Amino acid sequence: MRFARRLWRFPGGLRLAGNKAMSLATPLVEAPLPERLILPLRQHIGAPAEPRVAVGQSVRKGEILAQAREYVSAPVHAPTSGRVVAIGEHPVPHPSGLSAPCIELAPDGEDRWDDGLDVPEDPSSLPAAELRARIRAAGIVGLGGAVFPSAVKLTPGPQQVIDTLVINGVECEPYITCDDTLMQTRPRDVVEGARVLRLLVGAARCILAVEDNKPQAAQALRRALTGEAAESNEPRDGIEVMQVPTRFPAGGEKQLIRVLTGREVPRSGLPLHIGVVCLNVGTTAAVYDAVFRRRPLISRIVTVTGPGVRRPRNLLVRLGTPLSHLIEQAGGYAIERPRLTMGGPMMGLALSDDTLPITKATNCVLVEPQPAAARTLPCIRCGACVDVCPVRLLPQQLYWFAQSGQYDKARGHGVFDCIECGCCAHVCPSNIPLVQYYRNAKSEIAAAERERSRAERSRQRHEMRQLRLEREQAARKVRRRPAARPTREAGQ
Amino acid sequence: MMAVLALTGLALALGAVLGYASIRFRVEGNPLVEQVDAILPQTQCGQCGFAGCRPYAEAIAAEDADINRCPPGGETTIVALAELLGREAKPLDPEQGEPRPPGRAVIDEAECIGCTKCIQACPVDAIVGAAKQMHTVIAAECTGCDLCLPPCPVDCIEMVPIAVTVDTWKWPRPVAHWCETEPHLRTGTAS
Repeated sequence: MRFARRLWRFPGGLRLAGNKAMSLATPLVEAPLPERLILPLRQHIGAPAEPRVAVGQSVRKGEILAQAREYVSAPVHAPTSGRVVAIGEHPVPHPSGLSAPCIELAPDGEDRWDDGLDVPEDPSSLPAAELRARIRAAGIVGLGGAVFPSAVKLTPGPQQVIDTLVINGVECEPYITCDDTLMQTRPRDVVEGARVLRLLVGAARCILAVEDNKPQAAQALRRALTGEAAESNEPRDGIEVMQVPTRFPAGGEKQLIRVLTGREVPRSGLPLHIGVVCLNVGTTAAVYDAVFRRRPLISRIVTVTGPGVRRPRNLLVRLGTPLSHLIEQAGGYAIERPRLTMGGPMMGLALSDDTLPITKATNCVLVEPQPAAARTLPCIRCGACVDVCPVRLLPQQLYWFAQSGQYDKARGHGVFDCIECGCCAHVCPSNIPLVQYYRNAKSEIAAAERERSRAERSRQRHEMRQLRLEREQAARKVRRRPAARPTREAGQ
Repeated sequence: MMAVLALTGLALALGAVLGYASIRFRVEGNPLVEQVDAILPQTQCGQCGFAGCRPYAEAIAAEDADINRCPPGGETTIVALAELLGREAKPLDPEQGEPRPPGRAVIDEAECIGCTKCIQACPVDAIVGAAKQMHTVIAAECTGCDLCLPPCPVDCIEMVPIAVTVDTWKWPRPVAHWCETEPHLRTGTAS
């Protein structure tokens, strides 16, 4: 079977300085256990997991700490054996800097697995439902940063025909090298995971997509796919490795699908509507762990990098590890007053301090000096933002509506299609924090919507109450009539 | 003559169609009331001086009441009403009270004597309980209208402001707008 080798282009985008070499100089090591692990109950999109342990309880490595009750949710497992020391609010990595429910675990240092876990197994005979159940029970979510529960994504429904599975190893943001490291150190696991996933979604074709600035990762995957000797680019078992041109944001799900297949994910639609399922390489390796070894997701590779740390590197980190512990492992701060970012410089979230824990979403901790306050100038309508927008929006127009509070118009101009890649703000000659305006507009619109649905429910409840009161009054009248004289006032 | 007859005939025929349509497709109730009611926050607090949001909406639609009498709705509601009705937006009438951050009623369950007075006062049936049994507020349904506070004989109900969580938090507007940082560049109107 021949596959089309052609690549397409997505609109806009930027060529950015990679800054990736600094964290690739040192090989991957496992970070030692910290004194305390802080595990947010929600490290995914969807409902928070519900605690299944009590304070003071001893848990084994891999044991469920909190279970997913809703369909769109994911459980949280103990990253090591130890004792639960607290269940309560703790600051979480979120742009608001607010606290959310977390479970705190004090490791006992033994790192003992839960019985029944860590059993090597051949999953080829397992039915699809069992595979999905394992992926779900392992707490696997999209490790590229979107943290959507993978089991939900892998259940496209009977009507949807999936022909292409995309394993996303593009990693287009500067500085981040965790996926690159994963592909170089565990290529076999990624390929095995992709095999299982391809059969699970029933796709004829599986593409392992790697940006062309990571030749070693692509080579490692090819070797794992075709055997040590052969290094051909021929697809094997329906799986092939494809290198895509380095252009930010080529790793965005919709952009990557466009580049690989030429198909466009419809507005407010999902990739599965055009026959594609796209998963990150880290997620794929986690799926391998879950189905072949029955291991839950308890650790991930995190890039600790930037000019603000002494020894930038990649670390295999237990979820819940405080950032400060990681920065210590990377040689400590090299600068005073560092600015911490979770994720890359384009789309990352600024973090308030280094006591925050690593979650399933943390691919990178970027340490930089505080930026000089940029002078924001008026929009001169140069249109540079329009040229780089990968979604073909009109950023300057969206900015105009967002800054003047015309959120309805911002919505009409597609603010919700904005992927917040930051290209527009990056090229803006007036230094306008465009993405911040769009995020503000999005959350204002979402809040207004919440308020509207709440008001609608209140209105219905009030109307039902009025009806009930009228009915009761009518019933009282009927009861009174046979007595022919007013009895004592009922109620008040 | 032909033209006059033709036009008269046409007018009569179309008049008949319109007359039929006005009966056949008659809209029940006043659609303006529905539109106004949809804008009001449905707190049902009665601070406007009417017995709930719908009576106030009816009064607004009939032009019996001003549009600035809803403190929970605040400026957003006034602006939306002004836009809908083509009236001038004006500041909130201070007679109706100050706007304040939305709250939820919380019953001190140790103090509650189970008198059911708050249950009868609640406009959205958001308090559950029975006579001589402890009452409690269904937090998700409470509109923060304050109507349960006065009837309580033991003052065990408190309005607690709703805390912002990671779910309800809103991205702030960027502060460094050029109007503030570069005032000399401001020539005309900003928007």
